[in-house]
Amino acid sequence: MINQNFINFIYLISAILFMMGLKKLSSPATARMGNKLSMAGMALAIVATLLVPGLSFKLIVLGIIIGTVIGGWAAVKVEMTSMPEMVALFNGCGGAASALVALSEFQLRGHEFGPAMVEHIGTFAMITLLLSVIIGGLTFTGSVIAYAKLQGIVSGQPITYPGQQVVNGLILIGTAVLSYMVFNDPTNYLMFYGICLLSLILGVLSVIPIGGADMPVVISLLNSYSGLAVSMTGFALANNALIIVGSLVGASGLFLTKIMCDAMNRSLSNVLFGAFGSGGGGDDGGAAAEGGAAEGSVKGYEVEDVVMVLENASSLIIVPGYGMAAAQAQHAVRELGDCLDEEGVEVRYAIHPVAGRMPGHMNVLLAEADVSYDQLFSMEDINDDFSGTDVVLVIGANDVVNPAAKTNPGSPIYGMPVLNVEEARTVVVLKRSMKPGFAGIENELFLKENTMMLFGDAKASVQALVTHLKG
Amino acid sequence: MADTILVGLYIFVLALFAGAELIARVPQTLHTPLMSASNAISGIAILGALVVAGHSATINHTSIIGLLAVIFATINVVGGYMVTQRMLDMFKKKAPRAKK
Repeated sequence: MINQNFINFIYLISAILFMMGLKKLSSPATARMGNKLSMAGMALAIVATLLVPGLSFKLIVLGIIIGTVIGGWAAVKVEMTSMPEMVALFNGCGGAASALVALSEFQLRGHEFGPAMVEHIGTFAMITLLLSVIIGGLTFTGSVIAYAKLQGIVSGQPITYPGQQVVNGLILIGTAVLSYMVFNDPTNYLMFYGICLLSLILGVLSVIPIGGADMPVVISLLNSYSGLAVSMTGFALANNALIIVGSLVGASGLFLTKIMCDAMNRSLSNVLFGAFGSGGGGDDGGAAAEGGAAEGSVKGYEVEDVVMVLENASSLIIVPGYGMAAAQAQHAVRELGDCLDEEGVEVRYAIHPVAGRMPGHMNVLLAEADVSYDQLFSMEDINDDFSGTDVVLVIGANDVVNPAAKTNPGSPIYGMPVLNVEEARTVVVLKRSMKPGFAGIENELFLKENTMMLFGDAKASVQALVTHLKG
Repeated sequence: MADTILVGLYIFVLALFAGAELIARVPQTLHTPLMSASNAISGIAILGALVVAGHSATINHTSIIGLLAVIFATINVVGGYMVTQRMLDMFKKKAPRAKK
């Protein structure tokens, strides 16, 4: 006879497998095994749940088939450059699932106990049930908006309007009031649906004022929300597997959120409410001209000039940024690296924590292009090496290599840890145009004596370099 | 009842600390797979979804919501794990090249 204790025991084994899976993610060599252990844990937990007596399998099978087809199709089709969008969407699905489970649990209990529901399931379970709906709901729509922003369906610029904070505050208060009413009268389904609706709206409104380059923080935070939602569902259902996993995911998301915020030297509230970079679009031309007058002038070079510099180098550090992803240039970059490596040049990659649109975005792209992972260096490991390096190649990165973060207290990014690229003998910057980066800040690196600008599409420029080097 | 809550809270807090310890060891280079892997396991809400979707032999309002929950959670789980595996399969260490 299958009893609940047996199922709970299986859940414990699943939890152990999840933890071992995460532990093995500490090295690229063991990470694949870790993911398989985690999968096994999930499979085990699902099978154990299906052993619950009296389940009807019609809808279960249907749901699993539909979900597998959609999820599997998306996972196979997605481009590596679009990984942030994909992760955001999957994350949203997780939030939606938690909220829907809580919603249906509410209906089932409401059906069972009627107005006396809170007395029967307990105050705590009721609170977690409501929290699960609210957090899950806002995770869902927040993730969808993050996806739309990353895809360019919605503008990547922060969308702001007067009184934005007040509106969000009012919605939050409204949610609290409705929750209180549901507490007093659990049969009031209308109020409950009102809570669902408000949490969905809150998700949209809280993500639209956040700019595209701050998405690493938002995705990390939404990841942690989806974990919290699962934990809350776990409390409401008294299911320990959900509590443990939600807690792990919550911790993971918060950890990444903190890393991302630290890497930008900004507080979480500044990222969420600061609408950073909103003034970027308009005044770039003027700002650039002004800087030019003060410091020197931008020197545009031809491919041949850069090739000459590269041919005389014995060490090279490549600094990729979102521009590399946008131009899908990772394969061309790897080819360039290989080409120079064969000439005996020491080639390394320096990766800033917030380069790209999600934590580790650049690493995944370079791994896709077959760059060995021991060539990829984090900022703290490589930042002292720039001074002894012949050439630094900056590909589609801007704010993360802006020396103003170290030297100009008036700069909006002052204090943000940046890569010390200007210390190298020569800095080659591949850039589409002189437009400032996301933060709308002009970059004095481009004006320095030892900086060579190579304008054009990142992929085309890199390919041209490769052609010349081989020729 | 109070016991269940307390045990749940113990589990929650301890798992939070265990998670923080485990995750702090993940190198920056694997942060995207870490996120998508933790994302995949957050699809564990599927356990709750399965029970709701199958709670009655007749199809009603609540079991349809359960069905939706199963679909969303399955997308999360299957998609999350597959995409994580796809990424991890790309992380390779090349043999050191003989320098000229």
